[in-house]
Amino acid sequence: MQDLHDLYQEVILDHNKRPRNFGPLPDATQSAKGHNPLCGDKLTLSLKIHDGRIEKVAFEGSGCAISKASASLMTDAVKGQTIDEAAHLFDLFHQMVTTPIDQPIDEDAVGKLAVLGGVREYPARVKCASLAWHTLKAALTNTAEPAKTE
Amino acid sequence: MTPTASDTPAVPATLDVAAIRALFPALHQQVYGKPLVYLDNAATTQKPQVVIDALRHYYERDNANVHRGVHALSEKATAAFEGARKTVQRFLNARSEREIIFTRNATESINLVARAWGDSQLKADDEVLITALEHHSNIVPWQQACARTGAVLKVAPIDDAGDVVMDEFARLVSPRTKMVAVSHLSNALGTINPVEQMVALARSVGAAVLIDGSQAVYHMAVDVQALDPDFYVFTGHKVYGPTGIGVLYGREAVLNAMPPFMGGGDMISSVTFEKSEWNELPYKFEAGTPNIADAIVLAVAIEFVRSVGFEAIGTHEAALLDYGTRRLQEVPGLTLVGTAKRKASVLSFVMGDMHPHDIGTIVDREGVAIRTGHHCAQPVMDRFGIPATARASLAMYNTTDDIDALVHALGRVRQLLG
Repeated sequence: MQDLHDLYQEVILDHNKRPRNFGPLPDATQSAKGHNPLCGDKLTLSLKIHDGRIEKVAFEGSGCAISKASASLMTDAVKGQTIDEAAHLFDLFHQMVTTPIDQPIDEDAVGKLAVLGGVREYPARVKCASLAWHTLKAALTNTAEPAKTE
Repeated sequence: MTPTASDTPAVPATLDVAAIRALFPALHQQVYGKPLVYLDNAATTQKPQVVIDALRHYYERDNANVHRGVHALSEKATAAFEGARKTVQRFLNARSEREIIFTRNATESINLVARAWGDSQLKADDEVLITALEHHSNIVPWQQACARTGAVLKVAPIDDAGDVVMDEFARLVSPRTKMVAVSHLSNALGTINPVEQMVALARSVGAAVLIDGSQAVYHMAVDVQALDPDFYVFTGHKVYGPTGIGVLYGREAVLNAMPPFMGGGDMISSVTFEKSEWNELPYKFEAGTPNIADAIVLAVAIEFVRSVGFEAIGTHEAALLDYGTRRLQEVPGLTLVGTAKRKASVLSFVMGDMHPHDIGTIVDREGVAIRTGHHCAQPVMDRFGIPATARASLAMYNTTDDIDALVHALGRVRQLLG
């Protein structure tokens, strides 16, 4: 059995308490809304994309510690990336949280995001960690429909 | 002389909770190395051994299809199935077993009424009145019925304690009101609605009444003749019975006037390619092979509850709710959501900016099972301006130790997230 601290690691607790890139983004070029109907988590993700690169990113909303920390960590990770790089990171993140618990995750590939690998032990919480990423995908493709985890 | 029950001196109803707990095998296990503390009873209750044994017995000894067989097993299964209907009739104090229809759950019971009664009775500009406390199962079927018929859905508001504002409720009852559909006991807040008063108001304008008793039937005795709604619904798995079986009580005259819900076998008296004629009550509303096993086992669960007695259950649970209310209010930063004057079972709460979902995960690792989320009552959450609550809900087998374990686990939440 894993300890609760594998889920609620210091980094996650810190990003939950002091989320980075939190707030509105007045000069956003695109944005998307995400909603997890299971727990009512809602977030709005805004991007300023210039020349195929994410120049600025910000999120607003309410959610549990995992969803908030995941959104905060994600915004830090994709800031400055090209659209393709961000889309690739989405795939890597998705791969990580869906890797069976008895198999190792590729920590080098996801860097700091590896702290969220602990959600694999908590199937009900994987969606909390994924919400921001699904919302990012929607924002990148400028989908009008809110991103959902269900 | 042999003593009889009537010779036994009256003793105050008490409940031997240790003896009760011994009857529920699922309570005696560990999760994450901690003794299980089960406080998610409003979602579903655990099952006593008699219920588990009855299910096994049915499939081992009596399994057959009902109503049409001439062989021994079919006769046994039919007798048990119809006996179960009589048990439910007595449980609700209905006048006749023809008024008891087996469904899958309360949701299906409400959908049956919204379809069969709603589509035949509601017209454009008629009104359906519900309360702001309702579970989605008593909102969505009426929204759909209104969309089909042009009727209008009206919602009686609740106050900050979680009580329906009865002045507003009374104001919303008008000659246009054709259906009043209310929960007996709120699953999200624990509020016990003044259903007697609501029925009287509905009657004053000739409106029909449906009461969703899913949360009530395992905490208090229900007498449909005294309450006198047109419909009363509940689900089996909350009254210590199996999943997949629910009940619709309907007044015989009202059910007779309704068209069938689903068509198929068992609900007909004759079929030709030109025309089919409907079977009598209750079979008119039970198309297809019913959930025979779970209906029979539901009756066993009901007999179990009756043997414990609602007086004893009510006394025990009320004391526990008082204790839980007091103990939770001592937790720093905790706010109870739902403090109605008349309440049962439910302790819904929030803790500052700690999200209920995190609370649920952390207390789970301490062995404490509670529910977190919107409890299928999103409008209730919106009313209080919160996305979700954490909810502990009590049943006959819970103890003050369970409450203490929850309070201890909430200390762990504060330690981790505070």
